[in-house]
Amino acid sequence: MLSTTLIIIGVILLLAVIMNVSDSLLQIEAKKSGIDIEQEDIGIIPNLSFDGGGKKPAFAAGGSYHKLKQGFDIKLAGEATHDVLSNQSSTFAIRPMDYRGIAPIPKLFVEVGQEVKAGEPLFFNKATPDIIYPAPVSGEVVEVRRGAKRAISDVVILADKKITYHTVTAPDLTKATREELVAFLMQSGVWPMINKRPFDVVPAQDEVPRDIFISTFDTAPLAPDTMILLAGKEKDFQAGVNVLSQLTEGSVHLGIQDIASSSWLSTVNNAEKHYFSGKHPTGNVGVQIHHINPIRSNDTVWTLGVQEVASIGSLFTKGYLDTSRKVALVGDEFQSTGYVETYLGANIGELVKGNLKSENTRIIAGDVLTGRKVNTEDFISATTDQITTVKEGDYNEFLGWLVPIAPRPSTSGTFPNFLFPKHKFIADTNTHGEQRAFVASGQYESVLPMDIYPTHLVKAILANDYERMEGLGINELSEEDIAICEFACVSKQPLQKILRQGLDMMREQL
Amino acid sequence: MGLLDIFKKIEPDKKKSPILHTLYDAAFTFAYSPDSVTDGGVHIRDGLDLKRMMIHVVLALQLCFLFGTYNIGHQHFVAGGEFLGFLEGFHLKLIHGLIQLVPIVLVTMIVGLGIEIIFAARKGHAVEEGFIVSGMLIPLIMPPDTPLWILAVSIAFAVIIGKEAFGGTGMNIWNVALLSRVFIFFAYPTTISGDQVWVSGYEGLAAGTQASYGWAHGLFNSLFEVMGVDQFDSARTAVVDGYSGATPLALAYSGGWEAVTEKFSVAQMWWGTIPGSIGETSKPFILIGALMLIVTKVASWRIMLSATIGAAVMALLLNAWGATPFMEVPWYYQFYMGSFFFAAAFMATDPVTASTTNTGKWIYGFLIGFIGMIVRVMNPAYPEGWMLAILFLNTFSALIDHYVLEANMKKRLQSA
Repeated sequence: MLSTTLIIIGVILLLAVIMNVSDSLLQIEAKKSGIDIEQEDIGIIPNLSFDGGGKKPAFAAGGSYHKLKQGFDIKLAGEATHDVLSNQSSTFAIRPMDYRGIAPIPKLFVEVGQEVKAGEPLFFNKATPDIIYPAPVSGEVVEVRRGAKRAISDVVILADKKITYHTVTAPDLTKATREELVAFLMQSGVWPMINKRPFDVVPAQDEVPRDIFISTFDTAPLAPDTMILLAGKEKDFQAGVNVLSQLTEGSVHLGIQDIASSSWLSTVNNAEKHYFSGKHPTGNVGVQIHHINPIRSNDTVWTLGVQEVASIGSLFTKGYLDTSRKVALVGDEFQSTGYVETYLGANIGELVKGNLKSENTRIIAGDVLTGRKVNTEDFISATTDQITTVKEGDYNEFLGWLVPIAPRPSTSGTFPNFLFPKHKFIADTNTHGEQRAFVASGQYESVLPMDIYPTHLVKAILANDYERMEGLGINELSEEDIAICEFACVSKQPLQKILRQGLDMMREQL
Repeated sequence: MGLLDIFKKIEPDKKKSPILHTLYDAAFTFAYSPDSVTDGGVHIRDGLDLKRMMIHVVLALQLCFLFGTYNIGHQHFVAGGEFLGFLEGFHLKLIHGLIQLVPIVLVTMIVGLGIEIIFAARKGHAVEEGFIVSGMLIPLIMPPDTPLWILAVSIAFAVIIGKEAFGGTGMNIWNVALLSRVFIFFAYPTTISGDQVWVSGYEGLAAGTQASYGWAHGLFNSLFEVMGVDQFDSARTAVVDGYSGATPLALAYSGGWEAVTEKFSVAQMWWGTIPGSIGETSKPFILIGALMLIVTKVASWRIMLSATIGAAVMALLLNAWGATPFMEVPWYYQFYMGSFFFAAAFMATDPVTASTTNTGKWIYGFLIGFIGMIVRVMNPAYPEGWMLAILFLNTFSALIDHYVLEANMKKRLQSA
């Protein structure tokens, strides 16, 4: 018996030696023929490297490099084509509810019937009168919609055919003090585009952030391509980064995806660059902060989306607030996918008109993980850069849990999905099971590339244990970061909702 | 009218007959996945739910079930001196195995699920899936001759005290299947230890008598008569005379590896044609099941691997000590005996009772292997340790997690 064991071990060793030698020979051959063996995966032994342990690739020379192991890409059918779709929206709305932390009934500057220019103030939050929320387009204020308890849900503007802008005189960045700059940003209406972490709120005016983080790529399902969103706005983006770098004690950090390393993003000045490779949620700014310089207690950092940075920059390059936005229409329920060129707060119904395949479709402002369910009357949120459609899943499926008929995305190996790594799924909104008690089978940890224990954090929130919540890293998280855990959850628990409860509890403590 | 319409028509009233409604709900959600859609939060959900996850453990156990059934019959006839070849008397061995196993599975399911349904109805929630797995594991870890009433009592204890008292599936501290086994172990020690419990049909027979068959065997005998094949015949079985159904572990305890190999070959132990609990003897089939769990990511490979390492390390240490014949059994042979693989693959990896952090899983698994091997080799009363080691570590899994989490929290709070 012992001899058999020894023989087996010997054979394995021999095989390993043969593999190693032939792998080296292949690499030598590749070098001779001029193939970059760092970039291309040459050889028969798979290129294994562990989190952070791998050699820094050449493209990341100008910054730090982070390779994230955990994560999961939900591959859905209906990616955006590069087409520009012709649908246009004629009404636009600013939604006070998009800005967390402001009172439900803000003070309005305008009334129904009044004409406004793009960039002119629409309303302000009573607690912070200096921070104004501007009109995205010029036109007539046609409606002020109210929701529950008379809270203002939308301030609707019927846009002019030709947008006229409220012009501003930007201060000289080289001379202006931080106070002057802050006052200018607040009065010109771009302040609410800044997002403060922890808690995801509009920052207070006297607040100095430790660092400012901008993720320049989105790994969420069917997310739009940043290069397309920013096409033609490269100068605005650079100007925005220049302004932001004046507002922080630390630096502006750009998270750049490995495949975009040779793009113009690598040449942006006044910012530190950090290169990332990995699956979703690697593109989330929260995950990037965690790996660049994590948020500890009492830290505040700011985050911004790329189009928001360009809007801030437009004040300095163009002399007016440019709220133009590209929005991707994605999802298998669209007849044609692509990008529309519109402005912040566009009407959803007009953008998707005549493009839906069926009635029983869910329209989502945002992506399938974090977006908001909307109807055609609604408007896109302030930070939305995609509209996703997905079939409603209101059907019973015979033995659906055991022998599902249609393929569906899953993080588990109980579906033969791993045999078809390139397959694009047509998902629906069915929950595929009922809610159950938490069973910690490790699925959260395997999709969250952060040193955080989501199961325990969620339990701490449910138990109202403040110290534990903070210790387990609630301040580093936002709903979008654990959305992928919620997707993967076998117990079908509402993790994002629970996390927000916890964040609200922490915020009230301050 | 489709099945779906029939289901929708017969739905009983939830208030008037809660138990009936719970039963209905369990049957309905078994037949049809619900038509509920996401509301708030994510808009699409993973195709995996708890039902699907649990059923994959059950599927992984099926080879053990098949082999276990046949091995009950095989051991019975070998003890009687008939059909010594593994495939000889195939139909008799299979039928004898089924006659022993089916009542055990039925009693397990009826008692366990019955209690689950009553509790679910009282609490007004759906029947949770946890017992599907427990109910399949319990028959596999019982000796084939376990009296059914003892089985029923132990399951009732495990489900009520071990699980429902803590709040049901997902809340229990100890592995439910092992709890039922340990209950028998301590409450009815003679039925689960000793030499004679591992082979069916021979327990409690006085010397000089022969094994006898019951009415079920009689029924099949009439069938076999028509077919003209061998029948169950107690007259042909050997007279009980000091027959020992000792397991390899019992032999190793008394006489070391020599005593084991006198009776069983290494191949026999590997393939599992030896006396033992129903599902734990065949190593290849358990490993196939374990592989399936790892590939589908249903169970943690970390626990399986670290338990193996822990057991190997302890066995090596015991080899070095070498005070008793059992300690001198070469460490790699320890894996051929007993139910280590079954325990590591299916018992230790229960996600509810194991450690929930990845670091914790390494520690938890290692200690199971390490402590289990100590119990196996050094405990004079009962030469097998995984049941006790796993329950012991179940108790401490929360503590292990606590320290892992404390370290994580300390890092965050300190640098503030």
